[in-house]
Amino acid sequence: MKLVTAIIKPFKLDDVREAISEIGIDGLTVTEVKGFGRQKGHTELYRGAEYQVDFLPKVKLEVAVKDEHVERLVEAIVGAAKTGKIGDGKVFVYDLQHAVRIRTGETDGEAI
Amino acid sequence: MEITFELGYALDTFYFLICGALVMWMAAGFTMLEAGLVRAKNTTEILTKNVSLYAIACIMYMVCGYAIMYKGGASEWLFLGDIMGSGAVAGGEENATYAPSADFFFQVVFVATAMSIVSGAVAERMKLWAFLAFTVVLTGFIYPMEGAWTWGGESVFGLYTLGDLGFSDFAGSGIVHMAGASAALAGVLLLGARKGKYTADGKAHAIPGANLPLATLGTFILWMGWFGFNGGSVLATASVESANSVAVVFMNTNAAAAGGLVAALILARILFKKADLTMALNGALAGLVAITAEPSTPSPLQATLFGALGGILVVFSILALDKAKIDDPVGAISVHGVVGLLGLLLVPVTNPEAATFSGQLIGAATIFVWVFGTSFIVWAIIKAVIGIRVSDEEEFEGVDMSECGLEAYPDFTTSRS
Repeated sequence: MKLVTAIIKPFKLDDVREAISEIGIDGLTVTEVKGFGRQKGHTELYRGAEYQVDFLPKVKLEVAVKDEHVERLVEAIVGAAKTGKIGDGKVFVYDLQHAVRIRTGETDGEAI
Repeated sequence: MEITFELGYALDTFYFLICGALVMWMAAGFTMLEAGLVRAKNTTEILTKNVSLYAIACIMYMVCGYAIMYKGGASEWLFLGDIMGSGAVAGGEENATYAPSADFFFQVVFVATAMSIVSGAVAERMKLWAFLAFTVVLTGFIYPMEGAWTWGGESVFGLYTLGDLGFSDFAGSGIVHMAGASAALAGVLLLGARKGKYTADGKAHAIPGANLPLATLGTFILWMGWFGFNGGSVLATASVESANSVAVVFMNTNAAAAGGLVAALILARILFKKADLTMALNGALAGLVAITAEPSTPSPLQATLFGALGGILVVFSILALDKAKIDDPVGAISVHGVVGLLGLLLVPVTNPEAATFSGQLIGAATIFVWVFGTSFIVWAIIKAVIGIRVSDEEEFEGVDMSECGLEAYPDFTTSRS
């Protein structure tokens, strides 16, 4: 099992959600987050004076899947979240040790 | 005699100026109404649009709009060449004379009103500078042309004269309101709906406004400004006859707004099982638009009923436009366009001497075809040259940041959707 975490641009959330359901994966967790990457935030102007926005708003997705689905999932996320411009985000894949569905007590492969 | 005349001149001029100032205040009403009905992330931009369009309208009407509308485009009237003189006719006994600059001031605030109608309909997705470029053309040319054919008394490209055909529009249900809505409709058709307004299978989603207290304040400001809009259109107050007329117009304008509000409130309760405030507010404005074409001849009961008719029509119109995928965040096309047409068609009911149904229909068609057609072309040119719509990402983040670099409520948490 793997846990796929993706940091994406907020306005791409709907597209990614759709792309993920299209490949038959249901269930994801979304968190509104802030952060920076190589772009290191950017500057805005207020009444002519500059100010630095260090942390840009992003959306973090977490999806737990069986090993055989990982590749398709990552492809779907990258395909849907890509604009080609700086700040598109990243995808991370972790090993997932254990999962339990709280309602039924099913574990691991059954639970995700 | 001389003193009576001078007193009348002074009074009419004063009355005109005060009414103009009331109409100017309608710009604040539109601004608050629109700021209340858009999402928080698009507030700064709609405020910027409204203050800018008002200023641009004033400049363009000074440059050439007034000359086109009332002086046959005479070149000596460009930049208001002859405005500084006196309107008093030597030895004149006519009432209803006033300073020429008071006339300009009263007319210029109407142009701004027409343009304000457009800004609400294209809210939340249009580029600021595309909108302002369109403002220049509408206020300097498109509106003054149709104004010349109606209030200016000119013939339509030498083909026919609306006044002779039995067309009458007292304060501008058609000339101002329907004209603004026609320009808005052209813009909305080229612009498309807001992201998230329609699902993939075509169902309309609600996108609630951010601040209903502001929307309500805006409606009350418009309601008040409308006394100047209609009341000032009597054009005089310094005689028993005109003073009576002014009083009737104030009374009927108020009655129609009340009728429109109550009708829309009750209809919304029946249709949606809830008292929908935004529909009630649109209903009040619809009542005002419906009475604007002729507020001086209906009885107060008739005025209330005409307003109620507008209030009912506007609710169905908003629902129909939503179905037709014409996304109008504040209901401007319904309030000012559909009900503006209703207002024109109600004139012959109480004032058959001034207007006929055929004259009203020809006038409405003339205004719509001209304003919609020219606006469509101008919007299309702007779209081709600089584009009229912000990117998907900018629309999601809100046009406040992408167009103005300012949030309206930076210390509040706002949700994006």
